[in-house]
Amino acid sequence: MAQKSNVSRQQTVLAIFLVIGAIYIIRLFYIQVIDKSYTLSANNNVLRYVTQYPARGLIYDRNGKLLVYNEAVYDLMVLPAQVGEIDTVEFCNLLQIPVEGFRERLNKARKYSKYKPSLFEKQISKETYGFLEEKMYKYKGFFVQPRTLRKYPKPIGAHLFGYVGEVTQSMIDRNPYYKSGDYIGINGIEKSYEEVLRGKKGLKIKMVDVHNREVGSYADGRFDTTSVMGQDLYLSIDGELQEYGEQLMTGKMGSIVAIEPASGEILAFISSPSYDPNLLVGRVRGKNFKLLTEDPVKPLLNRAMMGAYPPGSTFKMVTDLVGLQEGLLTTQTRYTCQGPGSSPIRCTHNHQSPLDVLVAIQQSCNPFHWLVFRSIITGGGHGSIRNNYVAWRKHVISLGFGKKLGTDIQSELSGNIPSAETFDKIYGKGRWNAMTIRSLSIGQGEILVTPLQLANYAALMANRGQYIVPHVVKSIGNQNSKTAPFQRHISTIDRQHFEIAIEGMRQVATLGTAKWYQIEGITMAGKTGTAENPHGEDHSLYMAFAPEDNPKIAIAVVIENAGFGSTWALPIASLMIEKYINREVKRTDLEERMISSKLIN
Amino acid sequence: MRERNNIFNNIDWTLVILYLVLVVMGWLNIYAAVYNEDYNNIFDITQSYGKQVIWILSSLFLALLILLTHPRFFSTFAYLIYGFMVVLLVVVLGIGTEISGSKSWFQIGGFGLQPAEFAKFATTLALAKFFNGQHLNLSLPKNKMIPLLIIGIPAILILLQNDTGSALVYSSFILVLYRMGLSGNFLLAGLMVVAISITTLMVGTLYVVILLVVITALLFIFIKRNRRNIATVIAILIMGIGLTYSVEMGVEKFLGDHQKARINVLLGKTLDPQGVGYNVNQSKIAIGSGGFFGKGYLNGTQTKYNFVPEQSTDFIFCTVGEEWGFLGSTVVIVLFMLLLLRIIMVAERQRSEFSKVYGYGVASILFFHFMVNIGMTIGLVPVIGIPLPFFSYGGSSLWAFTILLFIFIKQDMNRNALL
Repeated sequence: MAQKSNVSRQQTVLAIFLVIGAIYIIRLFYIQVIDKSYTLSANNNVLRYVTQYPARGLIYDRNGKLLVYNEAVYDLMVLPAQVGEIDTVEFCNLLQIPVEGFRERLNKARKYSKYKPSLFEKQISKETYGFLEEKMYKYKGFFVQPRTLRKYPKPIGAHLFGYVGEVTQSMIDRNPYYKSGDYIGINGIEKSYEEVLRGKKGLKIKMVDVHNREVGSYADGRFDTTSVMGQDLYLSIDGELQEYGEQLMTGKMGSIVAIEPASGEILAFISSPSYDPNLLVGRVRGKNFKLLTEDPVKPLLNRAMMGAYPPGSTFKMVTDLVGLQEGLLTTQTRYTCQGPGSSPIRCTHNHQSPLDVLVAIQQSCNPFHWLVFRSIITGGGHGSIRNNYVAWRKHVISLGFGKKLGTDIQSELSGNIPSAETFDKIYGKGRWNAMTIRSLSIGQGEILVTPLQLANYAALMANRGQYIVPHVVKSIGNQNSKTAPFQRHISTIDRQHFEIAIEGMRQVATLGTAKWYQIEGITMAGKTGTAENPHGEDHSLYMAFAPEDNPKIAIAVVIENAGFGSTWALPIASLMIEKYINREVKRTDLEERMISSKLIN
Repeated sequence: MRERNNIFNNIDWTLVILYLVLVVMGWLNIYAAVYNEDYNNIFDITQSYGKQVIWILSSLFLALLILLTHPRFFSTFAYLIYGFMVVLLVVVLGIGTEISGSKSWFQIGGFGLQPAEFAKFATTLALAKFFNGQHLNLSLPKNKMIPLLIIGIPAILILLQNDTGSALVYSSFILVLYRMGLSGNFLLAGLMVVAISITTLMVGTLYVVILLVVITALLFIFIKRNRRNIATVIAILIMGIGLTYSVEMGVEKFLGDHQKARINVLLGKTLDPQGVGYNVNQSKIAIGSGGFFGKGYLNGTQTKYNFVPEQSTDFIFCTVGEEWGFLGSTVVIVLFMLLLLRIIMVAERQRSEFSKVYGYGVASILFFHFMVNIGMTIGLVPVIGIPLPFFSYGGSSLWAFTILLFIFIKQDMNRNALL
């Protein structure tokens, strides 16, 4: 009996051992073989994914001169779990941040994660980092991540380039390429060429130990990807001309756009008042952006594409071209002008009468153009006044007005060439006629054009009825590569009619309003405009191309609230043409007067 | 006894080989746990794996010495050795060095010695001596009190050193007592105490009391034959309820915050992967990420990059789990099972009660260490810092376990003698 009891006691003890052993083996099978979450946690423990940020592509002008490059900055990151006792006063002084903010930033980072790095201070300059670097060993738990920021050697081209900023949550939601902390082009060509400029982010997988020290790369870097720098852009912009134009526009509100007619390449793209693009970079961006937004002269507004103005007298050739095309106007046609006593539109110039189309353009005669317009709308061969108007409008739109041109710069306005429906709405169907809409004949009324459209119109004139969509990028990657060709548009007006209009424009420059600003050795063909502005002083406009026999540059200048086109827009345009074609300006007095004039109160 | 000339006669090679295998596996895993490319020589004595070589060699020397002693040496001097160890435990309280919260170390030169480790075999010897040669009637109060004192004195002294883990090891002697005739009810009672305590901590006092009352009532209704045991049943009920309340009070009053937190994490009442639960969580991640075949020797990332704390000592099993996978872990568990079964088997073949009781003591102590150490690394037992026998880095523990086991092997060599 005792023996049996002993045997069973021995077995009980053995059973206890074996049961525990079996439980442990089952448990191990569960956590090692069945439950995969531990493997995942192990990877999260050890692997740190470090994004490699590429530098954005550089931007050069048409002569290979650097316009936009990158500058190294440093994002200061913090790992809250490792932060020890540090001299916060010294640290904050080095960083140039208020000492009170230290705790707050650290707590914010802690709230995100104690063990993952978060941004402590972004975009520390190279200089500041220089001081910081020497003492970095003292600040346990902090490290820097190199980034790049845009830098502009000259304070020009702000509206053209746009700017770069951090992605917002909504951008991240729309495009999975972007992750929090990435930079993205927000405006200008930085936005329209974002995918070319941004390059490709890389990823390094590093192994870290429990103290978050890097102990090497994962799998010898087999899964790492290197970052690829963005592609460079070669612009059609002439940097010198751009700078000169911005100089001429100081103290004035308005815009200059210059285009090479044969290619549609934009040579200068100026909106004034402008700002130094370096202001919208890095840590100072937020503060400066606010200041610029609040500025009453709206320096952030890109007037070259988003300013819409009545074209005034610059539009008169359009009226003539349609008249010529529709067969309602010939070089023989003459109308009488009663000068200031004309009705329904007065003439503001003193000239011979009756007069033909060449003199009418040269003298910018209002009554002549009204009469041409009336014959188109009233006597056109399309069956009705409304149909005649629709035909007129179709011609106008084929000249590049009333629609977006499709340029490669972001945010273009379409301007306005009112539709027949619009007039139906305003006046009632069948209740409007040439008389009702007479202001259109001289580029007033509902018509609005952007300076870009006006410059394109000048280029179309130079090309005798054709234009290539104006654009700013010549080549991508290297200077010789070709971008996808921009579309060529052919207007509904026959080529020979342009010769007549151009002859008129040539006479403007030699005999008419522009004769005081002729350039030695260069013949301009142009037209001034003084656009009535219901909100204040008239706008001063000028459009031209030169040389007349071999056009190299087409230009439009708009100066807001400056009065006559011949007083401001014309001389500025003539200086631009001289600068572009001769590479230097001889008329230094005129230049000096234009630069120093302040037209903004 | 002619054969005495040859000291390896009668030696139980199974135990010796199991011992050697475990020690060598431990050493290789210590190397992997603290692997450092700058010091990749496994014999580099500036590193813990190099030091472990010294501990292993000196342990083998100790083992040899033990095998060379007179057959009656340990049975004769059992009480003396026990007394000496108790004195050391008292002395260390006075002049010992405190290392990580426990005042349990003698610092001799660069090496620390922990008397608590050696008190285990001394206590086992004393217990064996007490049961030797006589058929004790354990129902006599005197015969119950003396073994409790033998076990209790060193346990309390170790508790005073603030080394709760080592003190808890002494509870394993309940298996020895059970084998020697202690009523199985004590084992059951022990199990119930554990069950009630854990349930109380998990669901709260009130529910446990209700549960106990309901169970008692059911017993009362359905078991009609044994009505005369009513008094016993009610006594057990009252004791159970008392225990429930004392567990709650004990936790509130006597346990430190970190101990309470550890218990809460283990019971799943709180999740705190970066705080108290960090060790267990990282340990489970290391073992769990090993998969079926493991990541391969020296390829463990969790242990190598120090995510697991105390990886060469208390958490050495993580390295096994991570680098050798389920396969390697199972091998280690099976090896321990074989060792324990073999010890019990060998113990049962002893003619002398002394050797048999000693053998059960050895098995109980090794089993407790095995259960608690591996159990905590896989999250089944609270984190109690005791080493895995033969595996964990450390001189005191390896020496102590070697002595513990080899005294038994020595006794077994004279298994036919009545000591």
